[in-house]
Amino acid sequence: MNSNGLSPLALLSRFSVVFILLGIGIIFALGSEDFLVSNNLLNIALQTSIIAIVAIGMTFTILTAGIDLSVGSVMALCGALAAGLAVKSGLGTFAGISLALLAGMVIGAVNGLLIVRGGMPPFVATLAMMAVARGLTLVYTDGRPIAGIDEAFIWLGNGKILGIPAPIIIMIAIAVIAAVVLRYTRFGVYVYATGGNEETTRLAGISPQLIKLSVYIISGFTAALGGILLTARLWSAQPNAATGWELDAIAAPVLGGTSLFGGVGGIGGTVAGAFIIGILSNGLNLMGISSYYQQVIKGVVFILAVVLDLFTKRKK
Amino acid sequence: MSDTTPLLQMAKITKTYPGVKALKAVDFEVAPGEIHALVGENGAGKSTLMKVLTGSQLSDSGQITWKGQPVSIKNPGDAQTLGISMIHQELSLIPHLTVGQNIFLGREFGDAGFVNWKTVYSQAQALLNRLKVTVDARTEVRFLSIAQQQMVEVAKALSLNADLIAMDEPTSSLTDVETEVLFRVMRSLKEAGVSLIFISHRLEEVFEISDRITTLRDGAFVGTKKTANLTEAEVVNMMVGRELGELYPASNRTRQGVILQTANLQDGKELKGIDLTLHKGEILGVAGLVGAGRTALAETVFGIRRATTGEIRVDGKLTRISSPGKAIKLGIGLVPEDRKLQGVFLNLAVKDNIYISAMNQITLWGFINLRKARELAQRFVDRLGVRTPSLGQRIRNLSGGNQQKVVIARWLTLNPRLLILDEPTRGIDIGAKAEIHNLMSDLAAQGMGVLMISSELPEILNVSDRILVMHEGRVTAEFRRDEATQDKIMMAATGGLNRGEKSNEQ
Repeated sequence: MNSNGLSPLALLSRFSVVFILLGIGIIFALGSEDFLVSNNLLNIALQTSIIAIVAIGMTFTILTAGIDLSVGSVMALCGALAAGLAVKSGLGTFAGISLALLAGMVIGAVNGLLIVRGGMPPFVATLAMMAVARGLTLVYTDGRPIAGIDEAFIWLGNGKILGIPAPIIIMIAIAVIAAVVLRYTRFGVYVYATGGNEETTRLAGISPQLIKLSVYIISGFTAALGGILLTARLWSAQPNAATGWELDAIAAPVLGGTSLFGGVGGIGGTVAGAFIIGILSNGLNLMGISSYYQQVIKGVVFILAVVLDLFTKRKK
Repeated sequence: MSDTTPLLQMAKITKTYPGVKALKAVDFEVAPGEIHALVGENGAGKSTLMKVLTGSQLSDSGQITWKGQPVSIKNPGDAQTLGISMIHQELSLIPHLTVGQNIFLGREFGDAGFVNWKTVYSQAQALLNRLKVTVDARTEVRFLSIAQQQMVEVAKALSLNADLIAMDEPTSSLTDVETEVLFRVMRSLKEAGVSLIFISHRLEEVFEISDRITTLRDGAFVGTKKTANLTEAEVVNMMVGRELGELYPASNRTRQGVILQTANLQDGKELKGIDLTLHKGEILGVAGLVGAGRTALAETVFGIRRATTGEIRVDGKLTRISSPGKAIKLGIGLVPEDRKLQGVFLNLAVKDNIYISAMNQITLWGFINLRKARELAQRFVDRLGVRTPSLGQRIRNLSGGNQQKVVIARWLTLNPRLLILDEPTRGIDIGAKAEIHNLMSDLAAQGMGVLMISSELPEILNVSDRILVMHEGRVTAEFRRDEATQDKIMMAATGGLNRGEKSNEQ
């Protein structure tokens, strides 16, 4: 028995996401000979990295028992802003990307203020923001892609260091930072506290409002970063980029054991959850299953993850 | 009682939760037509045993025999079919449905989907009359008192032809008069041949009503004995497993300067002008009935409520306490009334629960120094005698008493000068209760001002140095410990005594 007093069964359920990951991997490896090829595995990691980054920010909001539905639209808007500011406004890549990241944080702050000051339920505030940000993207791009980004920008999505694609390295860096923040900082403990029991948090002299505001800013930042990397990967900003990605970004932490009721979960699970989704898409593609069915399968997997969450909650 | 077949026999029931062995081969037996009390400290396994009996939890091993036949109870439906009903501490009636609808919920009489309400209500009324309860079956449940709702639950159990009704802490929210009514009903059920399992922390009640007592401790069976052959002290020793020291510590404190003073304190709602003085090194007990404004007083001093009129002086200085954060800065701590909702972070570990307010002491630029954090937590776990398998244990796996010690520990990390405790020992077992009383006593002896709100008169009378009694938002009496009696306090708490008659307090 380890220091947390967990029985083997509890450990099994705690790391179930890893077993699911291995299980899916084995199924696809048996189902398609193209699956277990190092090129394909790297490809999966590359495709997963962007969604994983966004899902890491989402993990913070879900840990406080909130949610951020606006991430897909924010990705598109900030991806477009980065390209537009860099190319159309001629500010250059560095300034364009920096301002786009800032814009993501501002949108996150607006989400947060609507929730803590306006008293809106998180899903309502961020659902509205989802529409607003998508609309702004269309207004800003006039509905057309923005191309012409420079080499440095493109490198972010397509470059390699020691053979490893840049987005994967960025994802690892973000994951490590996020995990350290959650585990080893005061802020991290407060995030779990707020999600676990807001009233107790307040009575302990901590402002749950401030914590909640912060997590939406973090989510806005990671969504902006995800959007920028997506633009870099596609060599251009697409006005309809990342449509529907919020589902993946929410499914990843939930698959990884972060409870939608708040207070329980972590980054390791989120990254594993994102890989489950990535492997699922990749494997289904290799097996020649149509993208229409893939949508259905993804939705069902998400439902199963939520059912598992509800089930473990009820057992307590 | 040995020659008749027992109604229920549970043999060698074992149940393990992750990390905790909740039941260790427990034996439990109920005879027909008996009231059987089940006692034990929190975490002793009473609730788990009842969950196994009523099918909401499956045991890992063990055998249940019902009316001489081995049975298997896999879900609440199985238990119901056999004739076993459970009345939970948190009543499960639906507030917006009528009494009759609640009693026959899911079993309405009628044809082809149409309910014959006339039959429903006449049957429900007959059951209520049988219990000699004056409640109209057509009333919506939300208009009933807790005691009346409990009677509806009993009626519901009877409508299911229950031979055995288990009641979990049925008296915890009842007044004395209501408890007597409940006991009368329990006795008449017993005469009608129904067996009852009575779970309670109040030993006086256990001795008043039960025929036999079964004691559990740490998930293990300690013994079943006839109530008539036992004394309260013997039961306590069985529950705790050791000779209990003094439940109430002797006071050998000297009070010092004034730490808290309020004048005409009002919150615009419940507080109608409170004047009080609390000294360092003193425990001030605040008694009163529910709704007297005691919690409002605690919340106003701690900055959860805004004071609309009047003043608060801390250490002689006039202050406005606008938020809990402000109160904490002034050296005030609050151990709140509702431990689960306001006191602990159930999702966090014991150590997190202890140091979460003391981050300044253990962080550098926001990063937690893990070694310092563990040391801090360990120091307070040792000092308060928190019984936990490890610092990393989730606090939800601790007993109520140990959770409460952790809440107090969290405040002590901040070295408060004034600690407010709202119902500090509610729902806590007797051993931990004595420890918390001793702790409060030690804290006062070290010069802390302690404001203790309690509904338990023995606690008020034996722990406090001075006692304030509140009634409808005002202080109606003030006593020294040696001059207070239960009668005087109850008189003042019900408004029968005004402050003019208070003793000369100096």
